Amino acid sequence: METEPTEFNNPPRVGSFARTSTGLSDYQVKMVFIMPTMILLILMNIFPLLWSLVLSFYKYRVNRPDLPPEFIGFKNYVRLLSDPDVWGYFQTTAYFVVTAVSAQFLIGFGVALLLNREFRYKGLVTTLILLPMMLSPVIVGLFWRFLFKSDTSGLINYFLLPLLNFVQATPIPWTTDPKFAMVSIVIVDTWMWTPFMMLISLAGLSAIPKYLYEAADVDRASNWFKFRWITLPLVSPLLMIAILFRTMDAFKMFDIVYVLTREGGPGTATETVSMNLYKLAFRSFNTGKSCAMAYILLIVIVALSNIYVKYLNQLKREA
Amino acid sequence: MPTRRNFSYYLSRFSILLVVLIYLIPIYWIIVTSLKYGSDISAPFPKFFFKITFENYQKLFASKYFSQLLNSIIIGFTSTILAVGIGTLSAYAFSRFKIAGEDDLLFFILSTRMLPPIVVVIPIYLMYTVLKLRDTHFGLILLYTTFNLSFAVWLMKGFIDEIPKEYEDAALVDGYTRFQAFIKVVLPQASTGIAATAVFCLITAWNEFAFALVLTEVGGKAVTAPPSIVSATGKTGYDWGKVAAGTFIFLVPVAIFTFLVRKHLLRGVTFGAIKK
Repeated sequence: METEPTEFNNPPRVGSFARTSTGLSDYQVKMVFIMPTMILLILMNIFPLLWSLVLSFYKYRVNRPDLPPEFIGFKNYVRLLSDPDVWGYFQTTAYFVVTAVSAQFLIGFGVALLLNREFRYKGLVTTLILLPMMLSPVIVGLFWRFLFKSDTSGLINYFLLPLLNFVQATPIPWTTDPKFAMVSIVIVDTWMWTPFMMLISLAGLSAIPKYLYEAADVDRASNWFKFRWITLPLVSPLLMIAILFRTMDAFKMFDIVYVLTREGGPGTATETVSMNLYKLAFRSFNTGKSCAMAYILLIVIVALSNIYVKYLNQLKREA
Repeated sequence: MPTRRNFSYYLSRFSILLVVLIYLIPIYWIIVTSLKYGSDISAPFPKFFFKITFENYQKLFASKYFSQLLNSIIIGFTSTILAVGIGTLSAYAFSRFKIAGEDDLLFFILSTRMLPPIVVVIPIYLMYTVLKLRDTHFGLILLYTTFNLSFAVWLMKGFIDEIPKEYEDAALVDGYTRFQAFIKVVLPQASTGIAATAVFCLITAWNEFAFALVLTEVGGKAVTAPPSIVSATGKTGYDWGKVAAGTFIFLVPVAIFTFLVRKHLLRGVTFGAIKK
């Protein structure tokens, strides 16, 4: 029996020329939909970045419009790369990234293992812990400066008082002593971002099929064996994503340093690359040199994010 | 099988309690400090019992804080609407059409967000100086829109990918144009995703500090709340009661919005890399 062609047995050919008679063609829709994004990104990203690339070869101060930019070739780059202080800022940044991200990873994954079971108020507890990472880092940093006050009126020192009395130490000058300033920045960053690690770990843990553990129980596997050979291999791809995300983010950290240790103090004890760049550009107004510094940083970030995207694509293929 | 209340049970309960306290105490302390008299705040030891006062909030009313909070609201909402609107269009195109060099384009869009804000803001500062856009609402809206756009495209692409193509195909067969199908079929299906994306963009714009710090003047007309709270130092350092009150008012909307998107949090904080 012949059936009339209907929309059910005769699927439409999306994008076929038959449709172009009414309204915009698919090609036009595509262009109209993508153009605003591209125009905005070109105007607000590509153009300014090209401009600053050009300026990175000039001696130029934006606060002195009377002095015309003077072309000096690669001198800005040479000066920066041969300056031991610049390498120092990169080291400070690397130290911060490694300590903060490992602390967040270990604590976050640990807490996720604890939370990955049913208990009363679990939803409430999880939501509460997740709040800090949605808060403004600069505001959190500012308030922690209050908690970190160097005498006993600061909450942290007050809580540590029994311990301090025991070892006969004076209250810790958290944010004003070069020995402790970086520690306090790591603590604040860890407080903010451990929930991020926890959230991703929890997602990974809850996706592990229960029957794997049941099978292991039948074989009387130890808890360690289950953790090592079931839990870890199955959550590790997600954990890698989390670590990569946090590494990229920690690398550009600016807000907490700006407010907690007053622009990278004491001295340059906590001066990260971003902080140094800010000072170069908007404190000493070395515009040309700061553009060169920005480009050095940009190359590092692009290299890092390339590794990141490659890894992410690899994960997608495996999934 | 009854749960055995062994050592590991109590250890896990204790750890959960400890973690909750570590996260609650700073937030509790913000609220408490905002309700204290200055003399109680600067006491040699923290005071857990004190006389409640609203003088810190009254001080805020007397200052420019609320007009700066209004700046945050205007800039945050306008840039969010623009970013989500433009981003959803592009996300649809990326999701449904073949685009030459699609992966590279998407990576390029994302890379603008991966750069440190200070790297981005130096050339913007130069450009805004020439265009006289520094310390204007328009300048910040434009920058926040661009900044959130990459995020909106990535997140919305994920949400639109999940809507079956068959819905639009059916609409196209029924004589809808592609544009009508997008408006009448895709958008309603994507509404949850749009709402979640908007909330994330709003929170990002609301919290943003580095751009606002560089591109506004202290006490200027377009200053948003974060630089305003941070720059409010007196001769003797911060008035912590006032800081706490301003912080509390600033944080409440974020807390409410976070609660609203708690189901999409994972997706939001990973640019849609992890869907759940």
